[in-house]
Amino acid sequence: MSDPLVVSGVAKSFTMHLRGGLRLPVVDNVSVRVARGECVVLGGPSGAGKSSILKMLYGNYAVDGGEILVTHDGETVDLARASPRQVLQLRRNVIGYVSQFLRTVPRVSALDVVAEPLIARGHDAEASRQQASALLDRLNLPHALWSLPPATFSGGEQQRVNIARGFITEHPVLLLDEPTASLDAQNRRVVIAMIDEKKRAGTALLGIFHDEEVREAVADRIIDVTAFRPAREAA
Amino acid sequence: MSDQPLMTARGVTKIYGERIGCEAVDLDIYPGEIVAIVGESGSGKTTLLNCLSARLAPSAGSIYYRMRDGRLQDLYAMGEAERRFLMRTDWGFVHQNPADGLRMGVSAGANVGERLMAVGERHYGRIRDTALDWLERVEISTDRIDDRPNAFSGGMRQRLQIARNLVTGPRLVFMDEPTGGLDVSVQARLLDLLRGLVGELGLAAIVVTHDLAVARLLSQRIMVMKDGRVIEHGLTDRVLDDPREPYTQLLVSSILQV
Ligand SMILES: Nc1ncnc2c1ncn2[C@@H]1O[C@H](COP(=O)(O)OP(=O)(O)OP(=O)(O)O)[C@@H](O)[C@H]1O
Ligand SMILES: Nc1ncnc2c1ncn2[C@@H]1O[C@H](COP(=O)(O)OP(=O)(O)OP(=O)(O)O)[C@@H](O)[C@H]1O
Ligand SMILES: [Mg+2]
Ligand SMILES: [Mg+2]
Repeated sequence: MSDPLVVSGVAKSFTMHLRGGLRLPVVDNVSVRVARGECVVLGGPSGAGKSSILKMLYGNYAVDGGEILVTHDGETVDLARASPRQVLQLRRNVIGYVSQFLRTVPRVSALDVVAEPLIARGHDAEASRQQASALLDRLNLPHALWSLPPATFSGGEQQRVNIARGFITEHPVLLLDEPTASLDAQNRRVVIAMIDEKKRAGTALLGIFHDEEVREAVADRIIDVTAFRPAREAA
Repeated sequence: MSDQPLMTARGVTKIYGERIGCEAVDLDIYPGEIVAIVGESGSGKTTLLNCLSARLAPSAGSIYYRMRDGRLQDLYAMGEAERRFLMRTDWGFVHQNPADGLRMGVSAGANVGERLMAVGERHYGRIRDTALDWLERVEISTDRIDDRPNAFSGGMRQRLQIARNLVTGPRLVFMDEPTGGLDVSVQARLLDLLRGLVGELGLAAIVVTHDLAVARLLSQRIMVMKDGRVIEHGLTDRVLDDPREPYTQLLVSSILQV
């Protein structure tokens, strides 16, 4: 059986047209393979392109070249070439993503933000909210906040809503961008336990963790993304 | 995911004398999908929307619509009666100015009920109950059912226009700047309402907006227009977070944060 996520030769640069067409190469020849039940961690200094890699794997950034093969139910799709509708379908069913910051939607309660990915997959709304409650409870989000839109929450509170939203489904591939960055020690340990459970359930995880303790606890392998640094171009 | 498009447009072009309205636009829209059309003033958004919604015959190109029975029909080849029926029942059209989409001289209830009668509902009690239900869904107090829209605020009028359009259970809704003339706080409420209704009813919609935050919130796909042409299109978050074209980068950078 092929691995759920196989990335090869992926390149990314930005062309800044508002700055005279300045071209900013970010990464080149990114090759990563994540097996079921494995947690691979992307390491490297700030600005090395870790978040950009995750964003490409989620279809949020376009790629310049290379392949992002996602395999689910015996079917393989190259996300680097997928249509918008295919990307949306992969997001709904295969690839989950916890971004570094929660993007808030006005007037939608924290509980509904968390339950939404399940409901989008056709699960019963009430049962989905129950599951959302259990997760928010586990992440120690005060009950008083559950029915409020997260726009006014603290950074750590928003991040826990974001984590719950990412972990509520059983997506076989999960991308994590510094999910523990703004959490206290107690909640960091909750997230470590949740990641362990995902691994045991066979999820393929690819994450960025600055926190040493978390990285040590969850990483099966660490890939230094400076290995994907593009060759310097003539100025 | 349904794999047959609801509407397929190819090479849609509208020329106004010397001026280009829109040019060579291709679009497929699938059931349940929201597509946003963005771009600066005069870029052809309204022209394109009007062509797609059978309100303005294109100078060139084709637009096919999948009828409820599964047949693909050429919009501009079908008979006038059939097209009118489609516009009254299977489609909705939400105008920027509610006065263009409402009948200002009749009650709120009649504004909603009228569309039901157009699809053959004759039972007065049922029409009134459905109208009451829809006023509630768009957050208009039901004791306003006998008031005319003249007496409503801008936000209420816009919500009434939405109720009038959705009551017949359309499959495709066209919206031209639906939040355009409203205060920011009123906009947020309307957007939230639209988002909820569209999701709940599984409608497809084509939304023209100059507001990228509206596009981000409502749409899955986005088309960026400039000088009548679509210069960039794709997944909404991809286009907004990693814009490729110079003009899209300018649009995205000229707002604070979306
Ligand atoms: N949308 C974008 N447009 C232009 N440049 C971008 C964009 N996103 C990222 N970059 C640039 O790409 C480079 C890599 O950024 P990225 O966020 O991937 O780094 P990172 O390794 O995640 O850093 P950190 O550890 O600080 O989060 C940076 O120089 C950044 O400025
Ligand atoms: N009836 C008409 N006769 C002649 N020219 C027209 C007509 N309608 C539109 N145009 C022109 O076609 C171009 C596109 O207009 P359109 O109304 O589609 O733009 P838009 O993108 O909707 O702009 P806005 O954001 O200001 O509403 C403009 O140059 C406009 O002047
Ligand atoms: Mg980062
Ligand atoms: Mg217009």
